Amino acid sequence: MTGNLLIVLFDGLAFGMLLFVLSVGLSVTLGLMNFVNLGHGAFGMLGGYVALVVTREAGLSFFLALPAAFVGAAVVGIACERTLFRRLYRSGELNQVLFTVGLVFVATAIATFLFGTGQQPIQIPDVLRGSVEIGGLRFGIYRIFLIVVALAVTAALIFGLEFTRFGASVRAAVDNQRVAQGLGIDVDTIFAITFALGCGLAGLGGALAIEIVGLDPTFAFHYLIYVLIVVAVGGLGSIGGSFLAAALLGIADVGGKYFVPELGSFLIYLLMVGVLFWRPLGLFGKR
Amino acid sequence: MSTETYALRTENLRKRFGSLEVARDVSITLPRGARHALIGPNGAGKTSLVNLITGQLPPDSGRVLLEGQDITRLNRAARVKAGLARTFQINQLFPALTPIEAITLAVTERKGTAGQFWRSLASHGDAIDEAWGILAQLRLTEVATRPTRVLAYGQQRLLEIGLALATRPKVLLLDEPAAGVPKGESAELFSVIAALPDDISVLFIEHDMSLVFKFAARIIVLVSGGVLLEAEPDVIRTDQRVRDVYLGQAHHG
Amino acid sequence: MADPSANQATIAGTQAWIRRQGRWSPYEIAFWIAVFVPFFFFPTYLTLASQIAIAALFALSVDLILGYAGIITLGHAMFFGLGAYAAGLLTKTGWGEPLTGLLISGAFVALVGFVVSFVIVRVQHLALLMITLGLGLLTLELANAMSWLTGGTDGLQGVSVWPIFGTFDYDLWGYTAYSYTLAVLFVGLLIARRIVHSAFGLSLRGIRENLNRMPAIGAPYQRRLQVIYTISAGMAGVAGALLTQTTSQVALDVLSFQRSADVVVMLILGGTGRLYGGIIGAIIFMVARDQLAGINPQYWYFWIGILLMIVVLVMPKGILGFLAQLWERIRR
Repeated sequence: MTGNLLIVLFDGLAFGMLLFVLSVGLSVTLGLMNFVNLGHGAFGMLGGYVALVVTREAGLSFFLALPAAFVGAAVVGIACERTLFRRLYRSGELNQVLFTVGLVFVATAIATFLFGTGQQPIQIPDVLRGSVEIGGLRFGIYRIFLIVVALAVTAALIFGLEFTRFGASVRAAVDNQRVAQGLGIDVDTIFAITFALGCGLAGLGGALAIEIVGLDPTFAFHYLIYVLIVVAVGGLGSIGGSFLAAALLGIADVGGKYFVPELGSFLIYLLMVGVLFWRPLGLFGKR
Repeated sequence: MSTETYALRTENLRKRFGSLEVARDVSITLPRGARHALIGPNGAGKTSLVNLITGQLPPDSGRVLLEGQDITRLNRAARVKAGLARTFQINQLFPALTPIEAITLAVTERKGTAGQFWRSLASHGDAIDEAWGILAQLRLTEVATRPTRVLAYGQQRLLEIGLALATRPKVLLLDEPAAGVPKGESAELFSVIAALPDDISVLFIEHDMSLVFKFAARIIVLVSGGVLLEAEPDVIRTDQRVRDVYLGQAHHG
Repeated sequence: MADPSANQATIAGTQAWIRRQGRWSPYEIAFWIAVFVPFFFFPTYLTLASQIAIAALFALSVDLILGYAGIITLGHAMFFGLGAYAAGLLTKTGWGEPLTGLLISGAFVALVGFVVSFVIVRVQHLALLMITLGLGLLTLELANAMSWLTGGTDGLQGVSVWPIFGTFDYDLWGYTAYSYTLAVLFVGLLIARRIVHSAFGLSLRGIRENLNRMPAIGAPYQRRLQVIYTISAGMAGVAGALLTQTTSQVALDVLSFQRSADVVVMLILGGTGRLYGGIIGAIIFMVARDQLAGINPQYWYFWIGILLMIVVLVMPKGILGFLAQLWERIRR
């Protein structure tokens, strides 16, 4: 029983780390520009399909597919930001929601047109297959890899935000945009770069996700909900909050489906509504 | 309660944001029928004091009393119901509503009839009449049925006051009523304020000293969150400390 | 033509102006005559017409909270679906009278809406979006898990509704169904009209226009929002119940996110805060979907997505808002 519990905890943590990589970009961009981008999941899906094409059509290694997914999603992200999203920064939540929901509909339809509705498998390298045995319990190597990647991303983000000039500008802009602008920080450019990075991370998350949850055109919407839960519960603009919320959500989801499968996703929705009722700004939200 | 001679009193109001103290032991008293001005350099905590009194900010300590009733723990709407109204430095209007609608809304909220969804608005004739009266007092009847957003700025400032008047306040706090209004029009705006009935006690924030000296019976000087001095205009005019505060600001600003 | 605002600088003129705001316009009357057209010219489309009337009532319920009070929702299908299940389960208990069925279902859903409203008025922005979305998904999961009651993914079958007034049975062509749904939509519109042209409706518009000012005029705005949320939930519940009664079954998708999204799309398409926006939006949306039914539903959503993006960028006030602006420009 404790063995099962440990495995569930481990799997949940790995799933949570996946959710973290998928969502952290949205948390930062939402905190920065208050732009409610429900299309974030679509960028994750895009990364997934890029990885698929790179490994399957071009025959390249999965390890090359990951950066390709990042770059692909980042490029499309910045293109959308510069041409479309920026028109909506001042036009209210509802318009942002509707526009980006429209984007999800379009992305889903395009994915269906190009790849069909079926689940797409991905070829991962042999070193990531199988599992290691520790104390009589078997831990999947791919899941260990996921946790390592997520920790590396977290470390890079924290380093980037805390110790670089760019990071300081981003933090200043999140805290108070007008003051930041007054200090001569180019908030517009900062946002474009951050948005690209956020979409890139979502793309990376999408590529990493295929092995665990598969990939089909419903990905954009299905994982959007997880992403939004992480962002809302963690608190806007809080990397630590997102990390913790993602870990909690991953464990609650895997644990819930393992121990009380008949309730499906009911538990996590209940958890989210409960947390937001208790703390509308999320666990670590400041504004 | 009605034996109290003052309309509004604050007792040792304190509020700090981190190291910034926006209210240091503020104790002021507004007698009935007051025409008091609240002045002080930028950042002295004038608007914060209004926010503390009206309940937009909770004080760290201290009390707010309205005719003897402790209203420190009441929420904003309840304080308005108790007779404490305010206007805002930056217009807080209803852009798509017409003045007659906006004032009628405030009147029905006061009468407690605004929750009635089964009666047409037109059937609230008494509320509309009262709203019309307020618009007439403010000389806004010509634009009564135009959307607020198309009104001239000075008219919007008057409507701002009208919304507060519709709550039938005992105490009215005006946060820079003439802010942004051209100099010529601001005297006209203040004459409307001066013409308010005596049973409304008024405290107004204003930067233009000529207006302050003309319309205030008494002046409270606020400096870095604390009351520096409260006196008649003649005293304030010649007070060295007040002069220093303003000159000092002129030097640095 | 004389300037209609010329005589308003008198109290009588202003009173008259306020009365005019709540008066029936010729366009409205024309619309309610036009709704009879399907009976005579498109009898084969009567089933579709009743679906439209149901969708329109649902969109009207969302307009009350979104268009008039400014509460964004991504989960209103929760109330639609609860109404649908309530009406279906009621007939299972042996009571198939449709009108009382509608009222009971509506009242039940309004009660649920009242409870939910305590959560809704506490939150804003992202948290509001997430809570409405979350509650909607939660209800769907719950209905799926409680398959002993709801039939789960198979849906609730064998709903049998008695004839309306004990005489009018549902016919194959849908004459009865369309008359029935149309009548309920009309009553719904009368209620909504009364609400938005009341002092309460004015208070809601105040909340939408400037929430921050409301406490400063002594308005208990949270209570107002709770009232309208409850009414809106009840109306959505009635729409759901109508669907059950006219189709004699309940599918799980009455609670789906898709339905919550569709209704917002219809409303935005037509224009918010105008009562008829949702109705016009429902007509366009449903007719377009019917005409394009042959194509893969995925591609249908491609076009809906494109349409949404265009509406947001080009006509943020919807079709009715766009037409009103156009009319203003022509008149000048």
